[in-house]
This record gives sequence, structure tokens and C-alpha cells, in this order.
Amino acid sequence: MMKEYLEKLGKTAERFVDSTGQMAMMLAQAAMYAFLPPVKFRNIFKQMDFVGVQSLFVVVLTGSFTGMVLALQSFNALKRFGAESLVGPTVALSMARELGPVLTGLMVTGRAGSAMATELGTMRVTEQIDALVTMAVNPIKYLVVPRVLAGILMFPVLTIITDFVGVIGGYMIGVRLLGINPGVYIGRTIDFVQVDDIVTGLTKSIVFGLITTLVASYHGFYATGGAEGVGRAATSSVVLGSVLILVSDYLMSSFML
Amino acid sequence: MIKIINLKKSFGTKKVLDGVNLEIDRGKITVIIGRSGEGKSVLIKHIIGLLRPDEGSIFLDDLEISSMREREFNEVRRRFGMLFQGAALFDSMTVAENVGFPLKEHTDLNEEDILKVVREKLKRVGLVGVEDMMPADLSGGMKKRVGLARAIVMDPEIVLFDEPTTGLDPIMSDSIADLVLDTQRVLKTTYILITHDIPFTYKIADKIAMLHEGRIIEQGSVEEMKANPDPVVRQFLEGRAEGPIKVY
Repeated sequence: MMKEYLEKLGKTAERFVDSTGQMAMMLAQAAMYAFLPPVKFRNIFKQMDFVGVQSLFVVVLTGSFTGMVLALQSFNALKRFGAESLVGPTVALSMARELGPVLTGLMVTGRAGSAMATELGTMRVTEQIDALVTMAVNPIKYLVVPRVLAGILMFPVLTIITDFVGVIGGYMIGVRLLGINPGVYIGRTIDFVQVDDIVTGLTKSIVFGLITTLVASYHGFYATGGAEGVGRAATSSVVLGSVLILVSDYLMSSFML
Repeated sequence: MIKIINLKKSFGTKKVLDGVNLEIDRGKITVIIGRSGEGKSVLIKHIIGLLRPDEGSIFLDDLEISSMREREFNEVRRRFGMLFQGAALFDSMTVAENVGFPLKEHTDLNEEDILKVVREKLKRVGLVGVEDMMPADLSGGMKKRVGLARAIVMDPEIVLFDEPTTGLDPIMSDSIADLVLDTQRVLKTTYILITHDIPFTYKIADKIAMLHEGRIIEQGSVEEMKANPDPVVRQFLEGRAEGPIKVY
């Protein structure tokens, strides 16, 4: 019984080390091929559209409702100390430093990460990736590099949009619904929020963009086992991508505070 | 032209290729036959470098390709074309984009010239007016034809076919056989096919090699193989369940 358990544990550890190594190799190769000509701008723009433009609706929705609920909750808490005027900075700081990048990361992982893993997984099991290799086209350069670049470039843009609509949502609730003076709301927000706060959030979003696209590409690229394997790749990419976003967010927050 | 020497490959504990020796002649059609799961696809994937051997070597003319680094192999791959079992067309591209893909990646031809070559290759495989269709809208036989057009678009010296008739009805299989013969005769390209379709094999092969239990057990022309007394070969070519090959 004990032996079986240890064997299972050992195999899990081996798989973990194996896949971490493979993912690191993929990242190293993608980094190398990203700078080697020819650069396929068309593929990069296509992925930027997919990761960025097509995620707009979901991040606007998430950002605005998060800003609104933050304003409601912080008003309720701050009222007890007579500090309602701090609702604006509370919403803006939370959005810029944490919720903007993290929620954008999680939402885009759910939307674009799963779709990426599914697309690449389907290409793997239907031998389209092998076909690329036989045509002397490097599949990491052709498929992975544009996706990872799109993630790194578009996540900060989406995060800025999430932050912005979050702040607007907070303003609408704080000023229009809860009656905070608009001058105080805006003035306090400007007083408290610094460029560093926004830069911190954007730095995180670049890392999240890399995590999401790399994890999705990895799971899709090495998918095995037909349709079931493709489904597994999509699920794994969302679960691992989300977990890594949350863990790396904590680590980065502890360094950047 | 291609010489495979003592090629061995295992996946985990499963030994798939156990010392394959085979010579492929230039400008001929070589068909490798064998039961499903015998490692035919594994063998063909070694020839084009999708898999690397545990032991043994593959020579293309005087070049030992099996030990080449990926970047060197990419130069060699330009001499190959490959038709996959499911055609492996890119879902997100039209037929014309699929066929023209190698030209776009490896030549300086402009869009117009690429389209001209694409139309010519599609015509050669019997397809006209399908350039703007998506792979999802094509029948199985049409997909194989488009796959073949893509495989020959760069006028390669060697074309590999992975089970070209699997999933096709007998009439379509026969038309693929005609297509293989027509396209091969024009340029005298070296064709290597793997299949377990015996009527198809008899129609097209210059040479048949039988893969069994990880080795090439017999090889020869169609007539020589038809006359081969080996009970394993006989059972396979005659498609009988009874015989030395175990059914499981």
C-alpha cells in the first residue's frame, strides 16, 4: 500500500519535473525564434486580435462590475469611520495594483487560453503540426511565438481598459448612487494613486500574458489522445494558467509592495 | 536513393522497429505494407525526421540524415513532400492557402504567381474551382487530393504517403491509385507509401516491402511478392485470419 502510494507520488513528481522542463524549453525556443527573421507580423496581428480585441467585451464587463461592487463594499466599510471620501482611491488602487491585472488574466485565460489550447491540440492530433515540420516550418516559431507575443503585448492593454472601466464603474456608484461629492471623489483618487501603482499592475499583466499563452501553447502543442486529449489540454491550460496567475501575483505583490 | 540500416525504435517498453533494413530506389514507387500497429507510420516518420531512431541510420544519397540537427534537417526536408493519413490540411486556411503554404514560406513568389502554381497543381490532382473552399467543406477524397497537391507543390524529389486510401471507398481508392501513378510518371519522383490496402498496392507498386514484428521480412516486385511462399506474407496478402499472424 505504502509502496504503491510512493510510486504514484514519484511518478507525479517525475511528470511535474518533465512538463516544467518541457515548458521552459518551449519558452527558451520561443524567445530565441522571436528575434530570428523572418518575423511573421501577420500571424502576430492575428493573435493580437484574438487575445486582445476579441476579449474586450469580457474585460469591460468584468472591470465595470468589479469597480461598481468595490465602490459599494468600500463605502459600506469606510462609512463606519467617516472616511467615505476614500472610496475613490480604494477603488482605483485596488483596480490598478491587483484586480485589474488579476481579473483580466483570469478572464482571458478562460476565454483565449482555453481556445488556444484547443486549437493547437486539434492541430497536434490531426497531424497539422507534423505537417508544418515536414514542410520545413518550425512550429514553435510559426504557432507559439505569435501567441506568446500577443499575450505579452495585449494583456497590459486589456488591463488598462479594465482599470479604466473599473474606476468609471466605481465613480458611477460612488457619486451617482451613494452621493459622494464628485470633486472629492476625483481629487482624492488623484491624490492617492501614483504612477507606480499603475506600473506595478501593468508589470504583473505582462507576466500574466506570458503565463497564459505559454501554458495554453504548451498544453495544446503536446496534446495526445484524440478529442479527449484536446479537451484535457483545454482544461489543464485554464486550471494551471489560473493557479500560476494567482501564485505569481502573490509573489510579485510581495516583492513590489 | 534512401538506405535504412538496422533502424530501431522503442516507445517505453514497446519495441516498434527492431532492426529495419530497406533500400528505396530513385524514381520508383515503393510500398511498405504491414498490419495496423506494426510501425509503418513510425518508419515513415523517421524518414522525414519527425521521429529520431534509438539505433541505426538513414542515408539520403550520401547524407546521413538520421543524426542531423533539426536546422540541417530542415534543409533536407525541402526535398520531401508528405501526404498525411487525414491529409492534415490547415483548418483555418482555404484550399489555395493550404496548397500555396510551402511556396509562401520558402520562395519569393508573389501572391499571383503562387496562385498560378496552386491552380496548376490542383488541376494535376483533378480539382478545379476549389481554391476558395475551406477544408471542412471537402469530402475525404478531395482532402487527400488537396493534401497531395500541397505535397507536390514544391516539386519535391521524394513524396511520402501515410495510408493514402484509409477511409475511402474502393472507387475513390482506385482513383487515388491512378492519381499516384499519373503524378509520379510525369516527374519520375520517388514515392514511398505505407498502406494495408492490397489491391491499391498491386496497382501502383514498383517494389513492395513487408514490415512484420519490427523488421522488413520480405521485399520484391508485385509479381515476386505474389509468388512469395512465406506464410506470413501469404496470409497478409490474401487477407486471411488463419495463419501465423496472430489476430488480437
